[in-house]
Amino acid sequence: MAAGVAAWLPFARAAAIGWMPVANCPMPVAPRDHSKRQDELIILNVSGRRFQTWRTTLDRYPDTLLGSSEKEFFYNEENKEYFFDRDPDAFRSVLNFYRTGKLHYPRYECISAYDEELAFFGIIPEIIGDCCYEEYKDRKRENLERLQDDQEENKDMKLPNMNFRETMWRAFENPHTSTMALVFYYVTGFFIAISVITNVVETVPCGATANQKDMPCGERYTVAFFCMDTACVMIFTVEYLMRLFAAPSRYRFMRSVMSIIDVVAILPYYIGLVMTNNEDVSGAFVTLRVFRVFRIFKFSRHSQGLRILGYTLKSCASELGFLLFSLTMAIIIFATVMFYAEKGSSSSKFTSIPASFWYTIVTMTTLGYGDMVPKTIAGKIFGSICSLSGVLVIALPVPVIVSNFSRIYHQNQRADKRRAQKKARLARIRIAKTGSSNAFLQSKRNGLLNELLELTGTEEDEQKLTKTTSLLESQHHHLLHCLEKTTAHEFVDEQMFEQNCLETALQSYPSRSPSISSHDGSMGTCCSRRVKRNTPLPNASVPPAHPVPTHQGPLQELSAIRIQCGDPPSHTASRSNLNLKTDDKGRINCKGGQITTAIISLPTPPALTPDGDGLHGPPQRRPPPPPGHPPAPSIQTTTSSAGTNIVKVSAL
Amino acid sequence: MKSRSQDQSLSDSRELDRSYDPLTDSVSDEGELSTVCYRPEGLDHLLQQTNFNKKELQVLYRGFKNVTVGRLPQECPSGVVNEETFKHIYSQFFPQGDSSMYAHFLFEAFDTHNNGSVCFEDFVMGLSIILRGSITDKLNWAFNLYDLNKDGCITKEEMTDIMCSIYDMMGKYTYPCMKDNAPKEHVDNFFRKMDKNNDGVVTIEEFLETCQKDENIMQSMHMFDNVI
Repeated sequence: MAAGVAAWLPFARAAAIGWMPVANCPMPVAPRDHSKRQDELIILNVSGRRFQTWRTTLDRYPDTLLGSSEKEFFYNEENKEYFFDRDPDAFRSVLNFYRTGKLHYPRYECISAYDEELAFFGIIPEIIGDCCYEEYKDRKRENLERLQDDQEENKDMKLPNMNFRETMWRAFENPHTSTMALVFYYVTGFFIAISVITNVVETVPCGATANQKDMPCGERYTVAFFCMDTACVMIFTVEYLMRLFAAPSRYRFMRSVMSIIDVVAILPYYIGLVMTNNEDVSGAFVTLRVFRVFRIFKFSRHSQGLRILGYTLKSCASELGFLLFSLTMAIIIFATVMFYAEKGSSSSKFTSIPASFWYTIVTMTTLGYGDMVPKTIAGKIFGSICSLSGVLVIALPVPVIVSNFSRIYHQNQRADKRRAQKKARLARIRIAKTGSSNAFLQSKRNGLLNELLELTGTEEDEQKLTKTTSLLESQHHHLLHCLEKTTAHEFVDEQMFEQNCLETALQSYPSRSPSISSHDGSMGTCCSRRVKRNTPLPNASVPPAHPVPTHQGPLQELSAIRIQCGDPPSHTASRSNLNLKTDDKGRINCKGGQITTAIISLPTPPALTPDGDGLHGPPQRRPPPPPGHPPAPSIQTTTSSAGTNIVKVSAL
Repeated sequence: MKSRSQDQSLSDSRELDRSYDPLTDSVSDEGELSTVCYRPEGLDHLLQQTNFNKKELQVLYRGFKNVTVGRLPQECPSGVVNEETFKHIYSQFFPQGDSSMYAHFLFEAFDTHNNGSVCFEDFVMGLSIILRGSITDKLNWAFNLYDLNKDGCITKEEMTDIMCSIYDMMGKYTYPCMKDNAPKEHVDNFFRKMDKNNDGVVTIEEFLETCQKDENIMQSMHMFDNVI
């Protein structure tokens, strides 16, 4: 049922009495309205601001949140009101919709925030009233364009598997993506400039020799200019062919404006090569050289402003057309008038109407060369009217074109600004993300310690260990921990991962290839030097670092060094020192010994999980690499069934 | 609420906007009364005239006023409902068919002053009869609805018109398929039942008598008593 008319249902039902006497069949039973409520005021508490309205007002639109039983989910028993945790300002328009039947879009409101509110309350934005609909649609379109721009930015990102052709195309379209592309961009720009300058200088009269009159340079240094031209055309041809090869859709590329310009720029040269020095065609050949000036349009690939200008002219085609049409009308009218006005005067230059066209154009555009001047009084009068009207006719469509240009230009500027800001934004976002993941890694140990403490510790220790981690954080970390257990891998941060890869590459394990990307083998064995540290009680003195397997000497030292020299002022706040995640509090408990979470790169075979394996020092414990496990580096911390934490420090 | 009588307010409006045509002594159609906003009689007055209680009147007025203020002033002055509104409302409730004719007849039944607009008093009094009136009142009202020219008897043509308008509301897609003579058959049925003396018209007495004897009709008359 349509909106708003719901209130009139009782009336329609009452009027149905008109059918009763003529009815053939008995009527069905009417639905009973059990909750025969009186119309009551209900309170809608939106983030503290209380709105009150009649219940029937909301019932007008039963297919929205407030009009249906969905609002019961938000009912607050204690205060006997409906509480919504939403923006109260936006709610005003929503509630007014119920009251007046018209949805208005407040101009100060952000479009996406408003859309969200409408979506939450189950109101479709299409019913926005006519007064506000245009504004809403405009803003929505702008927002969409912005989003599309952003998406196009993402497309710039290098896809992992771009073949050569795609890479080349990307390099052509966006010269900033790689150095080669930039070089290419500048080289072609340089050659375009050279070519244009050559064309210009060709016609300049060079110094005359003694016996000859002034000759244009082109005729004097024919060979030089020809070589220059050839070189430029070579470059352009190569560029065109390369673009053609790299284009994803060759047909579309060939139809595009830029490619046509390219072709027109280089074609005269080839035609000139092919044509013989025939007298008849050489005239045509000369005119063909005019087309060489089109090379200057190739600059539009290099200049965004030029592109914007071209785009503006295209988008203002109708205004330009109108300008042209009105000018033509005026020209014809005034030319005719001037011709007849000047007909009488002697030696008049206005010999025919088309001849008067020239005068009219020159006058209307306020050029006034003065080569044709009216001599009769009537002619002068009409001439002045002509020049006045010319100013008006030209001035009218120009602001439209200007405003179009301005809009497009600013849009482009915004896009550029966004692009520039985007890098910084992404960097900041990345830092925040790594921050949170580091927080996990950091507090994981503390979490573990916390677990341990809960099981075995005393109260004072608990107090010492109380972290400022919120409940949410600890639950989140627990969740990540569960994931680790599920996949039998551990989270590790980027630096460690890379170091890990490096070190496994360093490993020269005989039977395995030390390549980083090797799968089952290398990681499995060479990094399997684990030392399980048993820390049954946090208070217990932790045995010093690691009973390390001897034949992993140098690496052990490496790890030992890492461990021992790690005394950073690391705190949960510090993100940089991740190798040595020592924690002050940890240090408190494990006196002197520093537990570090070092790098391991091992997929844990399930067999490894010690069920009851307490101290497993022996390095011979080399788990068979489970098949098909990805060589993800992981820190392994397992809790034995005894509830003790075993932190394995790998010797890497 | 001002306790002006409606006639008074009408004459005020005539003077106000110069739409009063002394020649014809009529009020031009609603468009030119746009400067006026009708206000109903006082709540107490309506309480006396109708069988609704205060709360019900309040609810009714709120719904009524909302529909009337939303319109463009040219279409309909605020405070009254015109035929367009009736038709619009009915078209929302009966989207399958064409309810404009029935809405028109209904409008005529509510518009007791025959001035082309239904003000709140008319509306509420009509509803009061339908919902809170005695069975005789209801039947009278129904008779009034059918009697298009209000001459006290229902002719076959009038009944056919009404019947067609009701059948139009059904629309095209019905089961069983709507035959063209379905309304006519229905009218014949009706007349057979009601027209006792077979004079081709149904008078109010015949109507009342027949209806009071029919159990179904009696029962159905009470069906919508609780809609408000």
